[in-house]
Amino acid sequence: MISLTNAILFLLLAPVIGGLVSGIDRKLTARMQGRVGPPILQPFYDVGKLLEKENLVVTSSQNYYILSYIVFIVVSGALFFAGGDLLLVIFAFTLAHIFLVLGAYASYSPYSFVGAERELIQIIAYEPMIILSAVGMYMVTKSFFVNEIAASELPLILYLPGVFIGFLMVFTIKLRKSPFDLSTSHHAHQELVKGVTTEFTGPNLARIEIAHWYENVFLLGFVYLFFAFNPVIAIVAIIIAYLLEILIDNTFSRVKWQFTLKSSWIVAGMMGLVNLGVLYYLAGVLV
Amino acid sequence: MIELPFLIIFPAIAAVLLLFIANETLRDAVVKIAALLIGAGTLYAFFMYFQSGLQLFSVPFEPASQIMFVLELFIALYILYVGIRCRRYLAVLLIIIQSVLLIYVESVFVMGIHPEFNLFIDQFSLIMAMIIGIIGTLICVYALRYMQTYHAHHAEITDRRRLFFFMFFVFLSAMFGLVFSNNLLWVFFFWEITTLCSFILIGYSQTKEATKNAFLALEMNLLGGVAFAGALFYLLYVDPSGQFLGIEQLLTSGYAIALVPAVLIGFAGITKAALMPFSSWLVGAMVAPTPVSALLHSSTMVKAGVYIIVRFAPVYTGTMEGLIIGLVGGFTFLLASAIAISQSNAKKVLAYSTIANLGLIVACAGVGTYKLVWAAIMLIIFHAIAKSLLFLCVGTVEHRIGSRDIEDMSGLIVRMPKIAVMMFIGIAGMFLAPFGMLISKWAAIEAFIEAQFGLIFVAILAFGGSITVLFWSKWMGKIISVIPSGEKVEDTVKKEKWFVLYLLTALTVIVCLIFPLISSALIEPFVMSVYGQTARLSQDNIMIMAMMIFLLMLMPFSLLLYRDGVKHVPAYMGGRPTTTDMRFQGSMGITRETELSNYYFEEYFGEKRLLMAGTALCFGLILLAGVLLTGVVL
Amino acid sequence: MTFLKKSPWLLHYDASSCNGCDIEVLACLTPLYDVERFGIINTGNPKHADVFVVTGGVNEQNREVIRNIYEQIPEPKVVVAVGICATSGGIFRECYNMSGGIDQLIPVDVYVPGCAARPESIIDGIVKSLEILEEKRIQMKERARQIKQGRSPGGGER
Repeated sequence: MISLTNAILFLLLAPVIGGLVSGIDRKLTARMQGRVGPPILQPFYDVGKLLEKENLVVTSSQNYYILSYIVFIVVSGALFFAGGDLLLVIFAFTLAHIFLVLGAYASYSPYSFVGAERELIQIIAYEPMIILSAVGMYMVTKSFFVNEIAASELPLILYLPGVFIGFLMVFTIKLRKSPFDLSTSHHAHQELVKGVTTEFTGPNLARIEIAHWYENVFLLGFVYLFFAFNPVIAIVAIIIAYLLEILIDNTFSRVKWQFTLKSSWIVAGMMGLVNLGVLYYLAGVLV
Repeated sequence: MIELPFLIIFPAIAAVLLLFIANETLRDAVVKIAALLIGAGTLYAFFMYFQSGLQLFSVPFEPASQIMFVLELFIALYILYVGIRCRRYLAVLLIIIQSVLLIYVESVFVMGIHPEFNLFIDQFSLIMAMIIGIIGTLICVYALRYMQTYHAHHAEITDRRRLFFFMFFVFLSAMFGLVFSNNLLWVFFFWEITTLCSFILIGYSQTKEATKNAFLALEMNLLGGVAFAGALFYLLYVDPSGQFLGIEQLLTSGYAIALVPAVLIGFAGITKAALMPFSSWLVGAMVAPTPVSALLHSSTMVKAGVYIIVRFAPVYTGTMEGLIIGLVGGFTFLLASAIAISQSNAKKVLAYSTIANLGLIVACAGVGTYKLVWAAIMLIIFHAIAKSLLFLCVGTVEHRIGSRDIEDMSGLIVRMPKIAVMMFIGIAGMFLAPFGMLISKWAAIEAFIEAQFGLIFVAILAFGGSITVLFWSKWMGKIISVIPSGEKVEDTVKKEKWFVLYLLTALTVIVCLIFPLISSALIEPFVMSVYGQTARLSQDNIMIMAMMIFLLMLMPFSLLLYRDGVKHVPAYMGGRPTTTDMRFQGSMGITRETELSNYYFEEYFGEKRLLMAGTALCFGLILLAGVLLTGVVL
Repeated sequence: MTFLKKSPWLLHYDASSCNGCDIEVLACLTPLYDVERFGIINTGNPKHADVFVVTGGVNEQNREVIRNIYEQIPEPKVVVAVGICATSGGIFRECYNMSGGIDQLIPVDVYVPGCAARPESIIDGIVKSLEILEEKRIQMKERARQIKQGRSPGGGER
């Protein structure tokens, strides 16, 4: 049932794709702001540089948490592309993020501490919606296994439009895009310093960045599932979704955590739950 | 069948013995030997019966029921006495109602009845017995040293340790009795004993607050007791021959007659398991010494409540009443988890998390499909182990740092590294993949989708589950923060405590590794025998989770890679030069200290507001169930 | 590898500047100059930075801060003193509380004079510093190799 080839492909290709996506993202962002922007390969240069730098830590245990973070991000992503159980993937994904948060807590530094708390708020903001998405996919395809969901002929998006909108909302949080880039961000928002990543230098920061690439590819895969009935439409949908995220990123300013939490829960509740409720009701009526 | 009476009576004998032993060395010896024997007894019972499925036993000793009745009257008299003395007339009123019901039942109906089988054992009883016999006794051993330190720290509290250990072992005895009794009259007897024991143990310190909270617990549990007595009355009223007094006979009777008593007993279970609106007694019980909380929360008392509800789960399946019980559980899970976010007192966080998890178990049992019962039993096991570990860790920490506040546990990894690691494992066991609680929650989500009205529960789990992540992780974050200056204060912890803590930590991890075995050897046969079909996790997922556990165990070795060649710098403080103990020059040249504190989100997850909402909601639901039930009865 | 030269991240610190040079540093980020073309990012955190850009001179208030930030930047790192005050103390050098330029406190690799320094010259200075950064990286690697071989850095031959 589990495809090892896909897992290995993910392992090898995801950083390449993730890095390129990130490079294109930066280029497009620059163009939207009327700038030339960095080369497409800039994210790779950045990570390459970070790996060359010295590793400064406040406490050695930081290394351990970050290593665990990237390992479990990779595990959950690999499990996803191998076709594993979607809920297990989500739980492994949460586990990975808890490691990132713990790494930030470990240093006992004010900035990373605040970042860690905010990262936790983000986790509780997005987690219900992600679980509801998985549940929605199960209700349509009667399976939690990614390979079976992907192989389904049913157009999931038509059954789950509300869930998809809710998912796009948490997608923004997960990509660390404005307006929900609370815990750390790609841009020079200096009042946060760098949130959770404040106390990580050189190689550790590179690991966080690579983990982020893996994570993004995993999330794009999640978007794919909604359109899995037709791969071409799916790819187009992924591109549109990502472009939309870039547009949102450049047109909104950061909001407070209160708004993030409330709005994502309300959207999860309104869009996700109502959508599922209708499906549930229909399933009851039709049976 | 000698194992069952042994497990019930032996702790009681040990208890009486302990009541008369004042010498500390002797008490140590008796407690340890008794603990060992009880543990060995449960293991023996396990190996004798784990393959045999349901077995019913008749007790050759005729007057057992009469003795119980007499003891029950004594308990009632005692409660009457303390109730009047302390002017808690609600307790007095409840005990009078209950006694009248009971005397009526005994005198009118029972005189002529001799239920054939008073004891029984099946896989579920065995699981409960293992929890009581292993975790319960470990807590007893831990309590030895804890109470020593406790009295050294609190000179103002009268040393009533004889009573304390007496009650502990009576408690174990009653719990064994409860899970092995087939006769509901017997279950009720043991039920009342646990109520009395918890009353005395919560009020152990005899302070005003302790007495108040002890009475709160008593009153709420007596309320449940009244419902239980009502169930007995109904059963005998419907069928005076008393054949439905046996749990097994009742469950196989075809449910029509079982619904009313099942709901009444379910209500009793809700009070005992401290679901909303009765959650306040468990939170109030925190005034007791920590081993008491550990015992009440993990292996006994509240587990008695969920045990009986899970027992009756097949009756609830698909009924409106069952759904309502499930909803009470579900809302309790959601709201109690949310309240836990706003608490900084470690024991209160643990209390609310207990309430939440019991709510989840009841939600599973109330909806009561076979998959959910499987998940509920898993939850019972994992919760018992992880929660007892956490309580004992908090107790140990409290005695060393003089506080049970999570904020004061900052940097525990530096000050008490071993305890911190154990606490870390315990917390991870409560909410992280691939540990136990999460496996059960996962199974519950999958099972709820297919159940009637399951979507409500799926939503509750999705939101409640993520809330759980928040309050556990911020606690974790606190203890693993490496504070720059901290003194190690771990060395004074006694070896008995270490032994118990190590064992529980090992159990937390081992049970996660062998849970497929537990499932296939115990839970699946049980669910199979009750429902005719059973749930299990797919092989692939079990493999993946085992891999994840091994990976988690390997990761700490990566620390060895970073032993040398890593440069350490202080935390970034906005460029301000900072001393090693995190003091810095603030404006106006004043030296300030850095203090980091968690978010508590009072305004969103405040205890008062949510508790009020929960009480109203769950109270309404219970009233609704009451109305429905009256309809059925009439 | 030359990744370092392709991705220099700055940390800009205003020591006691009159804000003239600071405005010019920030001007480099605007669409007109757009230093992100060269992979340059203005970070807010010394632990992520490679190039330490200081404007203004050292005085009693900021002495410890400059030293602290400098120590928290991981190796290899370079310091660029932007503006005449940072290079020598400028018109404030005779003040009672001034110690002079940044080099009184920490080693400076590139001096960008001017009052205020123009964006072009700042970019020019930073680009110049990248050569030094690369040199330092090679030195650092060499040192690490020597430590691995069991010799104390630089002291082996003495």
